[in-house]
Amino acid sequence: MSRVLVGVKRVIDYAVKIRVKPDKSGVVTEGVKHSMNPFDEIAVEEAVKMKEKKLASEVIALSVGPPQSQETLRTALAMGVDRGIHIEISGKDYEMLQPIHISKMFAKIAQDEKCDLIVLGKQAIDDDSNQTAQMTAAVLDWPQAVFASAVEKTDGGLKVVREIDGGLETITTKLPAVVSADLRLNIPRYATLPNIMKAKKKPIKKLSAADVGVDIKPRIEVISVEDPPIRQAGSIVPDIDTLVSKLKEAGHVK
Amino acid sequence: MFRAINKVAKNSKALKNQTEVIRCLSAQPQTKSKQTPRAEKAAKPNLSFVHNLFRGQVESSQVFPYPIALNQEQIEYVGAFVDPVSKFFSEVNNADRNDMNAQVDEETLKHLWELGAFGLQVPQELGGLELNNTQYGRLAEIIGMNDLGLGIVIGAHQSIGFKGILLYGTKEQKEKYLPKVSSGGVYAAFALTEPSSGSDAASIKCRAVKSADGKHYILNGSKIWISNGGIADIMTVFAQTEVLDEATGQKKDKVTAFIVERGFGGVSNGPPEKKMGIKCSNTAEVYFEDVKIPVENVLGKEGEGFKVAMNILNNGRFGMGMTLGGTMRYCIQKATDHATQRTQFGKKLESYGGIQEKLARMSVLQYVNQSIAYMISGNMDLGSNDYHLEAAISKVFASEAAWYVCDEAIQILGGMGFMRDTQLERFMRDLRIFRIFEGTNDILRLFVALTGIQYAGSHLKEVQKAFQNPAANLGLIFKEASKRASSYIGLGGVDMTGLVEPSLKNSAKLCGESIDMFARTVESLLIKYGKKIVDEQFLLNRLADSAIDIYAMASSLSRASSALKSNSPTADFEKLMVETWCVEASDRVRINLRKIHSAEFNENYKRMSVISKKLCEAHDIVHNNPIGV
Repeated sequence: MSRVLVGVKRVIDYAVKIRVKPDKSGVVTEGVKHSMNPFDEIAVEEAVKMKEKKLASEVIALSVGPPQSQETLRTALAMGVDRGIHIEISGKDYEMLQPIHISKMFAKIAQDEKCDLIVLGKQAIDDDSNQTAQMTAAVLDWPQAVFASAVEKTDGGLKVVREIDGGLETITTKLPAVVSADLRLNIPRYATLPNIMKAKKKPIKKLSAADVGVDIKPRIEVISVEDPPIRQAGSIVPDIDTLVSKLKEAGHVK
Repeated sequence: MFRAINKVAKNSKALKNQTEVIRCLSAQPQTKSKQTPRAEKAAKPNLSFVHNLFRGQVESSQVFPYPIALNQEQIEYVGAFVDPVSKFFSEVNNADRNDMNAQVDEETLKHLWELGAFGLQVPQELGGLELNNTQYGRLAEIIGMNDLGLGIVIGAHQSIGFKGILLYGTKEQKEKYLPKVSSGGVYAAFALTEPSSGSDAASIKCRAVKSADGKHYILNGSKIWISNGGIADIMTVFAQTEVLDEATGQKKDKVTAFIVERGFGGVSNGPPEKKMGIKCSNTAEVYFEDVKIPVENVLGKEGEGFKVAMNILNNGRFGMGMTLGGTMRYCIQKATDHATQRTQFGKKLESYGGIQEKLARMSVLQYVNQSIAYMISGNMDLGSNDYHLEAAISKVFASEAAWYVCDEAIQILGGMGFMRDTQLERFMRDLRIFRIFEGTNDILRLFVALTGIQYAGSHLKEVQKAFQNPAANLGLIFKEASKRASSYIGLGGVDMTGLVEPSLKNSAKLCGESIDMFARTVESLLIKYGKKIVDEQFLLNRLADSAIDIYAMASSLSRASSALKSNSPTADFEKLMVETWCVEASDRVRINLRKIHSAEFNENYKRMSVISKKLCEAHDIVHNNPIGV
């Protein structure tokens, strides 16, 4: 195996309380702390481990997004990724970008860079699409092993343990392939300060959507983004009989 | 230092000049030898705000506009460190466990080395992160929010332990030692204090004698209370050496700094001291028995060790302001959490005026402290050398503000604050040492007051000289005369309103008035006491407190002005805090200065001297209890 491509998405930090824009067109991102999508951190960790075990010769990280995505790439570089590619898309274009566009970009970069394996987070915590890995495999016509909780190199390819409903499924796949990382695949390292420093010197190539020949015209339209309904105040009932009758009243039990 | 004061008291005539007296008293090294011609001294103006404050002049170059020494790239660089350092504290380090075990476990230390926390300011090619002072301070803030004990492990190592090598080391010394201490797992310590030599650092007894062939020194003696003393393999050690005075041809004892490796042999240490706070930091006695130090391990020049020691301490002092800013932030978080959740008498605590006043004061102190600390680091990074009084003020201010803020946080939480789980009690214990070590606040107050007075005094002398030859010095005399005239008729010679944003004019006026009053007090003290002012500690302390309040006003005025100018989202809030601060601080200055002039208070100082004398004779209270049994 020679080259691994990982995806790193810049998302609103998991600890931030999300606020919806007053015009319901989306959520507030300005002045809000962003960080790398946690599932992508797991993907990066897996790729870097492969390199440390000499199973991969080079790890490339790709991020699609606004100029600040470079910071996310720097984090990946500090974690041990060798070089970064940034496809810059911002403003309205970025807001409307969908997994279909991203997967085409990953496919193109994987071919251009002659990658043998793509590792992606299973989903991003902002839009929760859970589509990019699957679509990328489809575009490339590569095998896919999604929701991986263990990845092992075998002679012919990979042995991947998948987290599925009700248990674990072990599959083997040939390479090249697309893997998506689930939560329990590994515990990602955090970047140390000396590595952050060294990451400053690692290269990041900047491209545009046109450079990779992907048409980013939106396929869908966002009609409205709304807050979840506010939880109603509860009340304390004196006994079980009252509780049951109240539940019946509200139509929760028959 | 107290020894020096006593000497002055006993025989003040014996001292040649005031400059000499105050140099002994000060924590500032004499940077120029006595042979330096006066003309050269005058060539380089002192740009320190606090120095010039004693002359009633606003030297604004280091205060306005608010100095930020970082460009966008440097801000991003340190910004990238904030997350991993915070994560280390939330995921790896356990401050409560460190405190309970009185040590940091190996695993945590290993993480800390990997994180790069031990070589923050060392050049990159020597294994460090090459942070400047402001960047270092930003990370220190995070440490202060989490674990002060661990902060001392890190700080004693690099802020003083090997700082001397960074500041004074030769190329060879740097290349030999810095990679080890920045990324090689080797701890460093700073060994100055001795059993008989605390604040009076020049009186140390450790001695290093040069071997006959001139290739080695043999070091003997012992040091106490050395942070990292039990774990350090590389130490900056200060000892007396015999130095030939080239001018007089006489041999004289002078302090020299050495880099001592434990591996030289003859270095040992006592058990870890049991302490009130910062328990996880190792503090131990260190003994030197016939330690053979190669001559190339002299740090700085032979005989200039006192200067090396003081510059290391001066250089590291700003970090305390940064660190304790973080501590205060933690205390405020805890206090506001409680105030917004706790209901008593049917209302949330936050709705009561008593709590509001506490929280407001806590926030204002945090802001003012942060303004001072970042101002000093900014100036240092911009190449200033005139920051020593400011750094001393920052240390005093930070350690006392943090103590107050933590104490009030505990008070707001009530019984909950007294419990170990809240962590405030640990911060309180840890904070106590900050008013003591790295120059006690008492000594630093005298340092600020006396260095300032000396500066004002030397200026007065120049004016006196000018009068001896008025024809040649007309300009100076007129300038002085007009300045004095305006201040005496109460117009106020100082106007700072032009330096701040218009909406802060009133606050700046309060600061300017304080400076006027302050300078007049300095002048009257000089006229009344002359060089005997060194004996008047009751007055000097009040003068120092006023200088601290004034510098704090100026720094925060500058920061808030910058915020207003750049339309920062918190600018209005900052303005609110600075207005609050200036009303209170200027009022305190007025009161403190009155207590210097007031006959009634001066009478009281005499009373207090008598009371203290009686106690010390009795080694006990002198009076009996009301029932006499």
